[in-house]
Amino acid sequence: MTATTAQRRSAPVVVSSPITWARTHLFRTWWDSLLTIVFGALAAWAMVALVRFVATADLTILRVNLANFMVGRLPRDQMWRPALSMVLVMAAIGFIGGVASASARAAATEAGLPFRVTRPVEILRRQWPLLATIAAVLALTRSIGPTVAVVSGLAAASVAYLLARRSPPVVRKWAWLIALTMFVAAYLALTVAGGVGWNGWGGIHLNLFITAAGILLAFPIGLLLALGRRSSLPAVRWLSVTYIELIRGVPLITLLLLGIFAIGYFLPAGLAPGAVARVLTAITLFEAAYIAEVVRGGLQAVPAGQREASQALGMTPWKTMRRIILPQALRATIPAMVGQFISLYKDTTLVSLVGLFDVLTVSGAANSQPDFLAQGFEVVTLPFVALLFWVGSYSMSREARRLERRLGVGER
Amino acid sequence: MATVAAAASSARPPWWRDLRVIRVVAQVVAAVVVGAALYVLWFNLTNNLRAQGIRTDFEFLDQPIGVNIAGSDIGSGASVRRALLVGLKNTAALGAVGLPILTVVGVLIGIARLSSNWIVSKLAAAYVELFRNLPPLLIIVFAFRAVVLRLPPAREAATPFDAFIVSNLSISVPGFRAQDGFETFWLLMAVALAVAVAVWVWRTRVFVSTGAPHRRVLWSVGLILVVAVVGYLAIGRPIGVTLPTLEGRAIRGGFTGFSSFFAVMGGLALYTASHVAEIVRGSIQAIPRGQGEAANALALSGFQRMRHVILPQATRIAIPPTINQYLNYVKNTSLAIAVGFADFVVIAFQAIGNGQPAPQLILLVMAGYLFFSLIISLVVNVLNRRLQLVTR
Repeated sequence: MTATTAQRRSAPVVVSSPITWARTHLFRTWWDSLLTIVFGALAAWAMVALVRFVATADLTILRVNLANFMVGRLPRDQMWRPALSMVLVMAAIGFIGGVASASARAAATEAGLPFRVTRPVEILRRQWPLLATIAAVLALTRSIGPTVAVVSGLAAASVAYLLARRSPPVVRKWAWLIALTMFVAAYLALTVAGGVGWNGWGGIHLNLFITAAGILLAFPIGLLLALGRRSSLPAVRWLSVTYIELIRGVPLITLLLLGIFAIGYFLPAGLAPGAVARVLTAITLFEAAYIAEVVRGGLQAVPAGQREASQALGMTPWKTMRRIILPQALRATIPAMVGQFISLYKDTTLVSLVGLFDVLTVSGAANSQPDFLAQGFEVVTLPFVALLFWVGSYSMSREARRLERRLGVGER
Repeated sequence: MATVAAAASSARPPWWRDLRVIRVVAQVVAAVVVGAALYVLWFNLTNNLRAQGIRTDFEFLDQPIGVNIAGSDIGSGASVRRALLVGLKNTAALGAVGLPILTVVGVLIGIARLSSNWIVSKLAAAYVELFRNLPPLLIIVFAFRAVVLRLPPAREAATPFDAFIVSNLSISVPGFRAQDGFETFWLLMAVALAVAVAVWVWRTRVFVSTGAPHRRVLWSVGLILVVAVVGYLAIGRPIGVTLPTLEGRAIRGGFTGFSSFFAVMGGLALYTASHVAEIVRGSIQAIPRGQGEAANALALSGFQRMRHVILPQATRIAIPPTINQYLNYVKNTSLAIAVGFADFVVIAFQAIGNGQPAPQLILLVMAGYLFFSLIISLVVNVLNRRLQLVTR
C-alpha cells in the first residue's frame, strides 16, 4: 500500500513528445494559441519572402563588383598583397588563440583543475554563420584565387594554433610581441616594394583595418585615461574626466568632420595628413574615451584588498599596478572590449560620409555604374553589405558572451 | 621603541622621494603638458586662420547662409543663426517622434523575448539579433534608398485609408489642429496637472501617516481625465483632428514630414529599440528568482506579481541604461547627413560648404550636442542616486 503510494508520488515522468512540447510551448491557453497562429503566420511569411528573395535575386552586380566590395580600388595586379596580408593576420589570430589555450592549460594544471581543449567541431557549431558567409562570398567569385587565399589562411591559422599550443613558456612570455610583429608584417605586405599605401585602400578591408588600428592605437591612451580618472591627484583626475566626458558627449560624425575639414587649422602650416590619417586620428581620439570607461569598469572590479595586500607586501605603486591590479582588471574587461570592438566595426561605416572609399561607398558607387544605374539594385547591394557587418558583429558578440561565462565576469 | 619610531618619522626622505612633493610636481607637470598642447593648437589655429584670411570670431552667425533650407520657410537670405536654429528644431523633431516609438517597440520586444510562447520569444530574439548587429548608418541608408525612394513619386502619391499621403518626397499622417478656445483648454490642463501633483503628494502623506490605501494613481490620473473630458466638452472641441488632403500638388492639413525624416527616424528607432529590448529583458531577468517565488508563495496573481514585485525592481535597473540609449539615439540622429535631412549637422555642413569658417561651426555643433549630453548625464546620475535601493 505505502509502496504503491510512494510509487505514484515519485516524480512524474515527462514524456517529451512533439505534441506535449507544442501544448506547453505553443497552445497553453486560447490567448497563447492566438499568438502562435498570428506570429506563426508572420514568421512563415517572412521566411518564404526571404527564401524567395534570395533565390530570385539578380546577383550580377555583386559578382561584377565583388573585388570592389572587398578591397576597393586596389590595383587588380596587386591582389596577391591583400591575400598574403590576410594569411598573416589569420596566422596571428591562430597564434594568439594557441597561446591563450596553452596559458589556460598551464594555469589549470598548476591549480589542479581539469582542462579541456576546444575541438574543431565546437568551433564549427559556434561559428557556422561566419563560415557560411565566407562560403557564400567565395561562391560569388569568378576565379580560384580568393578560395585558395582563404583556404591557405585557414591552414595558416590552424598551423599557428597548433604550434603555439606546444610552445615553451618563453614564447608565451613574448607572445604579444610576436603577434604584433605578424600584424606589422601583414601591413607591410600591403605597402612595401611597390605596394599601395592606406589612402589607396577601400572596401570592407578598409573598414576592418580602421577598426583594428583604431582599437590598437586607442587602447594605450584609454588605459592612461582610465588610470588618470581613478588617480588620487585632483589635477590628473579632472583632466581625464573632462576629456572623457567631452568626447563621449559628441557624435562621432562631428569628430570626423572636424578631422576632415578642420584638423588642418590646428596643425603647423605645411603639414597636410591624408584622409585616412585624419579619420584614424579622429577615431582614435573618440575610441580612447570609450575604452577608458571600459577599463575603468575593470579597475573597479578589482577588490580593494588586492591593492592593500600588495602594499602590505612592500610592493611599489608601479609594481602593484603592473603585477596585481592590471592583470586582473584587464582580464575582466575582455568581454566589454570585444563589445567596443564590435561597436567600432559598425561605426566605421561613418567614414563613407567623409569621402573614404569604404564598403558602403562601394555599394553606392556600384549602383551608379551605367549597367546598374537606377534599377533598384540597392536591395541587393545594401543587404550584402549588411550581411558582412552582421556576421562579424554576431560572431564576435557570441564569442564575447562565451568568454564572459568562461571568465565568470558576471558572477563575482 | 617609541623613540625609534619618532626618529624614523622625523627623518624626512630626500625631496625626490617625498610623496607630498611628488604629488604636487606630478599635477603641475600634467597641467603644464596639457596647457602647452592646448596653447600650441590654439596658436596654430589663430595663425592659420589669419594666414588664410578667415575670421576667428562668431560674427559669421549674422551673415546670410546663402542656401535654401528645404522644408522651412527661410530663404537663402536668412542668417546662419536662424538656419542653425531650424536645424536644431529638426533634430528635436527626430527626437520627439522617435523616442516614444522606440520606447514602446523596445519594451514590447523585450517582454516578448521572455514570453512562454516559443514562436513569440524566438521572433523577438530574431529581431534583437538582427538589428543590434547592424550599423545604424546602414539601416538608415537602406530605409532611405531601398524603401522610401521606391515609394511612388509625388505626382502619383498613394493615399491609403484616405488618412495618409505617401510619396518618395514626403509622408503625411493625420495631425491635430488647435481650434477656438485652445489656449483656455491648454491653461486649464496646466492647472489640472498642478492640482493632480498636489493630490498625489497629499495621498502619499495620508498613506504614510495613516496606512490607508493611497490610490494616488487613481486619484491623480482620474482628476486629469475628468478635467480634460469636461473641459473639452465645455469649451467646445478646442482640438480638432485634420486629415491630410491633396490639393493639386500641395498637401493641406495633417502632419507632413520629409520622407528622409521618416527614414532616419524609423531606421534609428528600430535600431535603438533592439538595445532597449535587451535592457528590458536583462532587467527583468536580473531580479532574483526568490522574489517571484516569494510572490507565488504569498498567493499573488500573475499580474500582481509583475505589478508589485518584479516590475518595480526591474524599472530601477532599467531606467539609467535606457536613458543612455536615448542619448545614443539623439547623437545618432546626426547620421541624417547620409540622407540629406536638414538636421543640426547638415545645416552647419551646408554653411561650411558656403564659405563660413569650419572650425567655429564644427565646434558650435559639438558644443550643442555636448550641452545636451551633459544635461542627460546629470539626470542619469541624479536618478541613479535616487533609485539606488537603500540597504542596511
